[in-house]
Amino acid sequence: MAILDDLQLSRREVMATGAAVGVAAAPGMASAAPAEQPTLMKVSFTVNGQRQTLELDTRTTLLDALREHLKLTGSKKGCDHGQCGACTVIVDGRRINSCLSLAVMHEGDEVTTIEGLGGPEKLHPLQAAFVKHDGYQCGYCTPGQICSAKAVLEEIRAGVPSHVTADLTAKVEFSQAELRERMSGNICRCGAYSNIVEAVAEVAGAKA
Amino acid sequence: MRAFSYERAKSPREAAAALAADPAARFIAGGTNLLDLMKLEIETPARLIDVNGLKLDEITPTKDGGLRIGALVRNTDLAADKRVRKDYGVLSRALLAGASGQLRNKATTAGNLLQRTRCPYFYDTNMPCNKRTPGAGCSAIGGFTRTLAVLGASEACIATHPSDMAVALRVLDASVETVGPDGAERSIPIADFHRLPGETPHVETALARGELITAVTLPRPIGGVHAYRKVRDRASYAFALVSVASVIHKDGSGRVALGGVAHKPWRVEAAEAALPRGAKAVSEGLLAGARTTSQNAFKLTLAERAIGAAVTEARG
Amino acid sequence: MKFDTPATTNPIDQLKVVGKPVDRIDGPMKTTGRAPYAYERHDAIPDIAYGYVVGAAIAKGRITSIDLSRAKAAPGVLAIVTAAEAGKLAKGDFNTAMLLGGPEIQHYHQAIAVVVAETFEQARAAAGLVKADYERAKGTFDLVSAKDGATKPKDGGPDSAFGDFDAAFAAAPVKLDEHYATPDHAHAMMEPHASIAAWKSDKLSLWTSNQMIAWGAGDVAKTLGIPRENVRLMSPFIGGGFGGKLFVRADAILAALGAKAAGRPVKLALPRPFMFNNTTHRPATLQRIRIGTDQAGKILAIGHESWSGDLPGGGPETAVQQTRLLYAGENRMTKTRLAVLDLPEGNAMRAPGEAPGLMALEVAVDEMAEKLGMDPIDFRVLNDTQVDPEKPSRPFSQRRLNECLRTGADKFGWSRRAKTPGQARDGRWLVGMGVAAAFRNNLVMKSAARVRLETSGVVTVETDMTDIGTGSYTIIAQTAAEMMGVPLHRVNVRLGDSSFPVSAGSGGQWGANSSTAGVYAACMKLREAVAGKLGLDPAKAEFADGRVKLNNQSLPLEKAAASGPVTAEDFMEYGDLTRTHQQSTFGAHFVEVGVDAWTAEIRIRRMLAVCAAGRILNPKSARSQVIGAMVMGAGAALMEELVVDKRIGFFANHDLAGYEVPVHADIPHQDVIFLDETDPMSSPMKAKGVGELGICGVGAAVANAIYNATGVRVREYPVTLDKLLEKMPVLA
Repeated sequence: MAILDDLQLSRREVMATGAAVGVAAAPGMASAAPAEQPTLMKVSFTVNGQRQTLELDTRTTLLDALREHLKLTGSKKGCDHGQCGACTVIVDGRRINSCLSLAVMHEGDEVTTIEGLGGPEKLHPLQAAFVKHDGYQCGYCTPGQICSAKAVLEEIRAGVPSHVTADLTAKVEFSQAELRERMSGNICRCGAYSNIVEAVAEVAGAKA
Repeated sequence: MRAFSYERAKSPREAAAALAADPAARFIAGGTNLLDLMKLEIETPARLIDVNGLKLDEITPTKDGGLRIGALVRNTDLAADKRVRKDYGVLSRALLAGASGQLRNKATTAGNLLQRTRCPYFYDTNMPCNKRTPGAGCSAIGGFTRTLAVLGASEACIATHPSDMAVALRVLDASVETVGPDGAERSIPIADFHRLPGETPHVETALARGELITAVTLPRPIGGVHAYRKVRDRASYAFALVSVASVIHKDGSGRVALGGVAHKPWRVEAAEAALPRGAKAVSEGLLAGARTTSQNAFKLTLAERAIGAAVTEARG
Repeated sequence: MKFDTPATTNPIDQLKVVGKPVDRIDGPMKTTGRAPYAYERHDAIPDIAYGYVVGAAIAKGRITSIDLSRAKAAPGVLAIVTAAEAGKLAKGDFNTAMLLGGPEIQHYHQAIAVVVAETFEQARAAAGLVKADYERAKGTFDLVSAKDGATKPKDGGPDSAFGDFDAAFAAAPVKLDEHYATPDHAHAMMEPHASIAAWKSDKLSLWTSNQMIAWGAGDVAKTLGIPRENVRLMSPFIGGGFGGKLFVRADAILAALGAKAAGRPVKLALPRPFMFNNTTHRPATLQRIRIGTDQAGKILAIGHESWSGDLPGGGPETAVQQTRLLYAGENRMTKTRLAVLDLPEGNAMRAPGEAPGLMALEVAVDEMAEKLGMDPIDFRVLNDTQVDPEKPSRPFSQRRLNECLRTGADKFGWSRRAKTPGQARDGRWLVGMGVAAAFRNNLVMKSAARVRLETSGVVTVETDMTDIGTGSYTIIAQTAAEMMGVPLHRVNVRLGDSSFPVSAGSGGQWGANSSTAGVYAACMKLREAVAGKLGLDPAKAEFADGRVKLNNQSLPLEKAAASGPVTAEDFMEYGDLTRTHQQSTFGAHFVEVGVDAWTAEIRIRRMLAVCAAGRILNPKSARSQVIGAMVMGAGAALMEELVVDKRIGFFANHDLAGYEVPVHADIPHQDVIFLDETDPMSSPMKAKGVGELGICGVGAAVANAIYNATGVRVREYPVTLDKLLEKMPVLA
């Protein structure tokens, strides 16, 4: 059984044991823990190609698991309520707000964060385009924008329609209007939108 | 967020029984609304039952030519489904007008129906709210009401239902299928699924304790021009001030439902006979009994004009 | 170094690196998620506990009791600090309200406690168990009703008068007398206020997100009652500020108090729904503008009055400032009045004063042009002034407003604008164009830097300047590269650390020019030292291509550092050129909107800004500053409003779903043109600011475009569809 009620387990110990434990067994219909007592649970998923096993408070979001436990702080916490998109990561090929998802709900999932797309020495084409087009200012929303953009291009290729798709029954075509609508879940208060769209459009191979 | 235990449900019936037996338990699927509310301690479950593994994520044809949409079908997948795009365009449109790509990738069909209001006073636990604490009073009445209800509200609550999808389902006469803790299945017409606030605004749906949504069914396609007109200040990623789901036929007849105006998707079938005579005529019946504040009275004009746009555009 | 005579030719004028649109040097770190922001300094300090803030549930009154027993007993809790536990705290010089309230409560969501626990989840849950009881006091929350009781602020020259406004206005053949309103605005920067605090005996290290390091270090020390030298502030990456991080906020103080109490380093970020009422905001204004002209459109009298509110001891929104300088006219008056409001603390947000002031003034100007039957650009051009209208002997150092307007009109296709409102149609859209002047003063601030030639030949710059997305890293590197004659990649820039020389910081659009001028001064000193080491005449030596050259001699730069790094430190300070000459930045904003004929939804179709702001140090990052400011201006025009619940005394829409800021879909492709300009009065850099100029006037240009599209004039921002709907054309 993966549910633990050991209150004495400090975060450091969690981290230490977290590295050692194996695949978590799926819990059955265990009875609820007493209120206010944290429930610790093991969860394993792959982050940027690397298998990670953690023992986490069930309340831990995927975002906090990445940032606070795996020290992958590229995914940002802008609002923690799904209202800004700074926490966007790609899970099993789909972009999600990692702040509104519990880490324990990602057993076996494949997570890609900004760190997995490219590093300063080897930029992903989107990262390079953001630099070239100055598609950021303070940089805080940027990882979310880039992860989102990567998924958006795949969504368009896969024929997923959007609010601005004129004909729902026709093939979905790339356009800047499509980009703007689809990227609208990623707020940039610095207001780099115009440049972001040009960066993503360039990578998409469309005329900027 | 209060501490909770977490478990993965193995079957719909087992999940329903577990929930029925434990008042502190809640289902979780996409989590995009529930976790938001748990962080603010508006929702405080001590136990979460994850239903994502229940294989309720398929869209299948029904015997009578409609579609059965599994409760766990993600909003993105429902909106992108070829059959939905072809025959139930209003549903695709409504889904795509809602939230963001990220949220639609997680949010489920059942979860969308069960979204709770976005009333700012509901969201601030320092403010009395009859939804959060029955009998506490309503802080919204007399406060910031621009986005709040103009139809079907009560002295206890003037919140609106935030879903776009539900407005389209209402115009499509969808049904909500459930399974109870005893294994009993039932089908609830969408018209009866969401409730008006009355004296019990905390009771938002017709679901009984432990009842689990398994699917939403759509009757066979009705043709017509499908549209979902969502009016908002921001061009995207915003809740509706007013929205109009419409299916209009060549002869001008059709169906129309409103979002953003009431505690549930707002449709008055009797008023629809006036559709061929235009927006003003249908609005008389549809908006009858409206009670507005100085801040939200514009919603009536806006609804009528948005219907006018839908009717005019449907006629080409 | 003191700048007190106009700049002549200097090494910056080579423009080998400065003035080039180079990519940001911090770009690869930011785009790969490797740039560490305040909450993310796992690298800097281990064993960090988590703090979570508890906020007041009332707007004004007193805490009668706080029950901490359940919270203290909650799992993982290490410490809880309230005002009672904290002991005596002072109020920072830059704060209006206490950052830790209690027993007195001054505004909604004022912090009343910090809970420290082993994990974030535990701290947050325990914070929910802190129960406070209050005694509410009657507060004043409504600016409209407080307006008549507003008083003249003590400081800042609240009134100005020149000529005889009353008589001239009364006698003017054509007159406008209108009232305008702008709401409270939130900075809503994407990174919440966040800090990590760590104590080592009595010394505090604070990794925080702050625009003004020296102000911050001073106020942290003052608030906590510890010596200034015991505080070290570090803020190398800042996830947006816009004025909201000019001052120390509750995150820093609570992290410090929590860390002391817990005996552990503590990290704390303000939760988003808490930020809107806890931190500062741009105050709402009520404005009255009167303009009187002759029949030909020459302004005879111009008057601007503004009312705003703040907590006791706070300041006004100086919305009338630009009206003293923007247009000619021999009879003038401005008046600023301040009411006491018990809302959260008002303070600076991007272009304080001008941003809301121009939202009113530039609509008034549009209205006046219409009364006169003049094109609004012609009206502005006619009333241009090349001197300070209140002191005609004092010229502008540079003023090319007319050229901005004319250039923009040409590029934007202004001649296609419908002369009569409500006439242009594109399908279901009513289409309109609007224009507004942009104006913001150029401020210069003392700024210091330390420059070091490393033995490797790399030049390291250290200054406590911050980069809040503005591009400081890059323009400082460009400056040092230009001065020392090295390529950009041989410059290291280290910012945002209170152990570095004190810079101008990031505010008031003074950062770019002032901080690079400080680097210029330090580099001049380093050039002398290097030349001296190499035995060359510093006055004549040329620094280029990584070498120092004079006559036939050409020595590698790093040779000067053969026996160790060569360091120089200096600052730039300013003489009275800002008194003899008015230094301002100018621009013109052009906007095209579509207004849905059915629903009155407003969507921006095109945006152009033409700016004249001295030398543009990096056209790429400067352009980004301008487009970003245009986005914020669009938000102010169309959607942004902190809604005051006047019964309760708080901003009701306190999250990013309720307080809408523009998203991608709201913003079209944006164009920016910089006029080729240098301003030798500003500094040796000959540069001025653009980061605030970009927002100035945008809101009015949008509002004017909406009027041109619909014929409906809205004078209360934001211009939302509900304010247009009843006056929209009747459709089928």
